[in-house]
Amino acid sequence: MSVVTSLIPPQAPPPAPAQPYTLSRFFGSVALGIWLALAVGIFLTVVDGWDPDKFAKYGPSYLSGLGVTLLLVSLSVTLGALVSLPIAFARMSKNKVLSWLAYGYVYFFRGTPLLTQLFLVYYGLGSFSAELKALGLWGFFRDAWNCALLTFTLNTAAYQAEILRGAIESVPRGQHEGAASLGLPKRVTFFKVILPQALIVALRPYGNEIILMIKGSAIVAIVTVFDLMGETRRAFSRTFDYQTYLWAALLYLMIVEIIRNLWAWFEARLTRHLKR
Amino acid sequence: MSGFFSAIAEAVSAFLGFIDPLCGPAGLFRWFAEGTLLACGDAGWGDEIAVGFLVTASLAVATLPVGLLLGFFIALAKQSQERSLRLSADIYTTIFRGLPELLTLFIVYYGLQILVQNLLSALGYQGAIEINAFFAGMIALGVVFSAYCSEVLLSAFKAIPRGQYEAGYALGLHHGRTMRLVILPQLIRVALPGLGNLWMALLKDTALVSVVGLTDILRQTGIAARVTKEAFLFYSIACALFLVLAFLSSLAFSAIESRVKRSEVRR
Repeated sequence: MSVVTSLIPPQAPPPAPAQPYTLSRFFGSVALGIWLALAVGIFLTVVDGWDPDKFAKYGPSYLSGLGVTLLLVSLSVTLGALVSLPIAFARMSKNKVLSWLAYGYVYFFRGTPLLTQLFLVYYGLGSFSAELKALGLWGFFRDAWNCALLTFTLNTAAYQAEILRGAIESVPRGQHEGAASLGLPKRVTFFKVILPQALIVALRPYGNEIILMIKGSAIVAIVTVFDLMGETRRAFSRTFDYQTYLWAALLYLMIVEIIRNLWAWFEARLTRHLKR
Repeated sequence: MSGFFSAIAEAVSAFLGFIDPLCGPAGLFRWFAEGTLLACGDAGWGDEIAVGFLVTASLAVATLPVGLLLGFFIALAKQSQERSLRLSADIYTTIFRGLPELLTLFIVYYGLQILVQNLLSALGYQGAIEINAFFAGMIALGVVFSAYCSEVLLSAFKAIPRGQYEAGYALGLHHGRTMRLVILPQLIRVALPGLGNLWMALLKDTALVSVVGLTDILRQTGIAARVTKEAFLFYSIACALFLVLAFLSSLAFSAIESRVKRSEVRR
């Protein structure tokens, strides 16, 4: 009869299997290396071509361009939100003519490039300068900034009307019926029951629309409005320095990232009652 | 040999002239705009606008495969196990979704010019380099398209259950064939609406390339507007042509959609 007299002494765990050097790790390193090289290269060219005179000369104009961009976008988004209300309701109305008119409006502004619309307003309406002068509107349409504001407002109104309509129609029928069975009038139902739920759905698309407008607003530089892009083009045409575009890129990236993060925070805050 | 290629080019241009919807034998301007500003030939601007229409459509069509392929690989990189790969893909999308398309175009257009110039002068070639606007537009729009496309494809990848991959492996298919035969057909079905939106955005963004001198719809109508002083007419035509392109592509997309959905159960 055999008896266990001694326990096996504790062993060290087996060594972790060596992480294989996969193809994806290789590609990852290469890609990161490219980004790093680009960042270092851009940094070096900026340091190499650093010119305090240029910075002092064009720095303030970049900031004023940034101001013009932000003002244009905020004004047009706000005005567009107001214009989008009747369009969205016309689109949802039971009246065939109204709904088709609104659909045509939305289709036109979503189906053609913003640049073409801008040219149509700024250069195209110039063909009617005599009529516009007779109406006393020529002072408005002669200025590129006004034309840009008008075009952007009409354009974003079409997109915002679609966002609003989609959001309102995404609220389930039961909500209408529930409110009706509680005896709430139509108006109260809309403002107290439907709209709050719809706006939460619409929050994210609205944020995307603001970012799209900021990016789209760069094209006003082509019709001689000196926004951030316009100032950049002016600086480039005077200095032929490639850095001017890099600075603009940095500023645009900063605005877009700030707005994106702000909006994400805003959304998380407003939907905190929906978290489980 | 060069005679052969020129014969091919001639045949292609003859074919394009034949099917041209604006100034071909069955063209809109040929039949309805004779004797007006839009007449074809030297009398009017119809043929110039027809060329612009063709250039816009071909730029969008040429950009699409570049953007789709790049976007697909970036979507793969974003769901890779490798942190460095994920990080670099995220940097890519953050940059190219955050920059205005116009700025991306300028950066690519002037940046490529400077890059090629420096490269060639290092090799000992002295001379002015002009980058083709079509090529620069294709790269810039393709890069922007791929950044958005990778997000659409990523969310489509997430909609495909793991079991589909496992079933593919259980059948003995290796990774590439699982992707091609099992995952991709489902991926296309899920991603198609998103890709349709991106295609519309691409179509509209091609108008920006006119700024660096590509002879597309907007540039040709712009020249016509400046010469004839009929700006409203010509820019309206530009809008109408873009609407036509949008309408045609919505038809094409609904056809593709019904085709990829033909295997689904009818309810």
